[in-house]
Amino acid sequence: MEPLQIAEKIKEKFPDEVLEIKEFREQVSVLLKKGRILDICKYLHDDPELCFDYLVDLCGADYAESKQKLEVIYHLYSISNEHAIRLKAEVPAINPEIDSVTSVWTGVNWHERECYDMFGIIFKGHPDLRRILMPEDWDGYPLRKDYPVEGQDEEWRGFKAVLDRSKRFKEFEWKG
Amino acid sequence: MEAIEKKIETKELTISMGPQHPATHGVLRLVLDLDGETVIKCTPYVGYLHRGIEKLGENRTYFAALPLTDRLDYISSMNNNVGYVNAVEKLFGIEAPERAKFIRTMVAEMGRISSHIIWLGTHVLDIGATTPFLYAFRERERIMDLFEGLCGARLTVSYPRVGGVRNDVSQEFLDELYKFVLEFPSRIDDYETLVTENRVWKKRTVGIGVISAEEAINWGLTGGMLRGSGVNYDIRKHMPYDAYDKVEFDVPLGKNGDCYDRYLVRMGEMRQANRIIKQCIEKLAAGPVMADFPKFTLPPKDLILKDIERLIHQFVLITKGPVVPEGEVYSASEVPKGELGFYFVSDGTGKPYRMRVRAPSFVHASVLPKLCEGGLVADVIANIGTIDIVLGECDR
Repeated sequence: MEPLQIAEKIKEKFPDEVLEIKEFREQVSVLLKKGRILDICKYLHDDPELCFDYLVDLCGADYAESKQKLEVIYHLYSISNEHAIRLKAEVPAINPEIDSVTSVWTGVNWHERECYDMFGIIFKGHPDLRRILMPEDWDGYPLRKDYPVEGQDEEWRGFKAVLDRSKRFKEFEWKG
Repeated sequence: MEAIEKKIETKELTISMGPQHPATHGVLRLVLDLDGETVIKCTPYVGYLHRGIEKLGENRTYFAALPLTDRLDYISSMNNNVGYVNAVEKLFGIEAPERAKFIRTMVAEMGRISSHIIWLGTHVLDIGATTPFLYAFRERERIMDLFEGLCGARLTVSYPRVGGVRNDVSQEFLDELYKFVLEFPSRIDDYETLVTENRVWKKRTVGIGVISAEEAINWGLTGGMLRGSGVNYDIRKHMPYDAYDKVEFDVPLGKNGDCYDRYLVRMGEMRQANRIIKQCIEKLAAGPVMADFPKFTLPPKDLILKDIERLIHQFVLITKGPVVPEGEVYSASEVPKGELGFYFVSDGTGKPYRMRVRAPSFVHASVLPKLCEGGLVADVIANIGTIDIVLGECDR
């Protein structure tokens, strides 16, 4: 199916959820409200005509400055029917929460963890929502636009602990 | 003799494997809960190599972020570069000239061979066969030498550029490569003699780490991992980029989705890669290697040195970056590990507002518990080898 047709089909099925349909470079993205994202994903996965069996990617994006919103972006592809679509779900910048889609695609597990790690978006119903790339006790969400590129002023406390330990072990150094 | 009857107390054991462990191929840490030799639970920990490539990319122009992609999957940096420049070209709405497309396809397939050959060497070494490892590095060395002759770098090449490639290939390079291409199939035959029907190898891989076709799709696996389960999904066929629609090649498929089938698939891929390189050399027609879109691509170096207008033009493009229309683009390419995707959001300035790297190794590392749980400790090693991950790409 053509991507625009797919977008229209989603709009037909969930008329209140679709905010905007945009096309750029022959790729169509559908902007959605976050409320029924799980239903929409289930529908896209199960409908035999659409059959989006493969979730390519899930990631976040920060539009807090311009729109006071974060976005969760889903790239879907159907291996059997060979078509693709991009879904974007808006979540508020304060207390961002959205339903997890791990029940539809198992492989999205780590992507959602990463999205939580980098943007602080909480995925409700996720089996194991922990930080994945950053340490457990890290402060802040690195990929948000208000997070400085050079990192925060203060050193990570885990790094201090490592330095302290290395100082303690100095007495065992080989004096030759 | 009397039978000794004693109650032996058993308990589950938790061990931490990695991050410094020769078989984890980088800094992957697995926490294994063991009942005797059986793995009950496996929890991977990644992130030791996280350098924030996405964040760095968002603070650089599209040209300046190219060398960052070398550091993703550092074993096949050429493929990452090709994937990146294709994504940027799609966003810009430009296309590379024909010759550049063929050159890119050619070097990408060289990268595929060099990556698969490292995978083969280390995978069989982990399981106990030392010989193929030594031979594998001989072939890889030849490809590295060719890369060095082509662009001066062996590992972090940054050879493909937005709009084409950095420099044209020389005739000596092509001759040398053609010699390699003619020789390489016999080398693969050598490896296959050593490994394919080897009894020990088969005992260690057949029926190990099985994943069915439906599960593999649902987990989002790509590349050799997916095709080992018999799913015919190859981005080079489904969404051809560069010159892949102009060359002939087959997609090797497995059947059972175990380590052995994935091995066969990747061996087949090396033969196909060799075939593609051969066709590229034969079909390479004369022409420019850099597209001429003044708004997006840099002027040629010799003209910059002679002409002030061109110099200014180049200066503006390098410092400010090209002005890109607002929009968003996702572009995928088939790298040796699987599907490498780049997702750009442009806000109309010279830098991407959002740059996302969809790394195949990240997804493949997440499937490890599925492969390992219920198996033996020794099979964990086989499974880490078969998923073929590079942690630089996994952690980004």
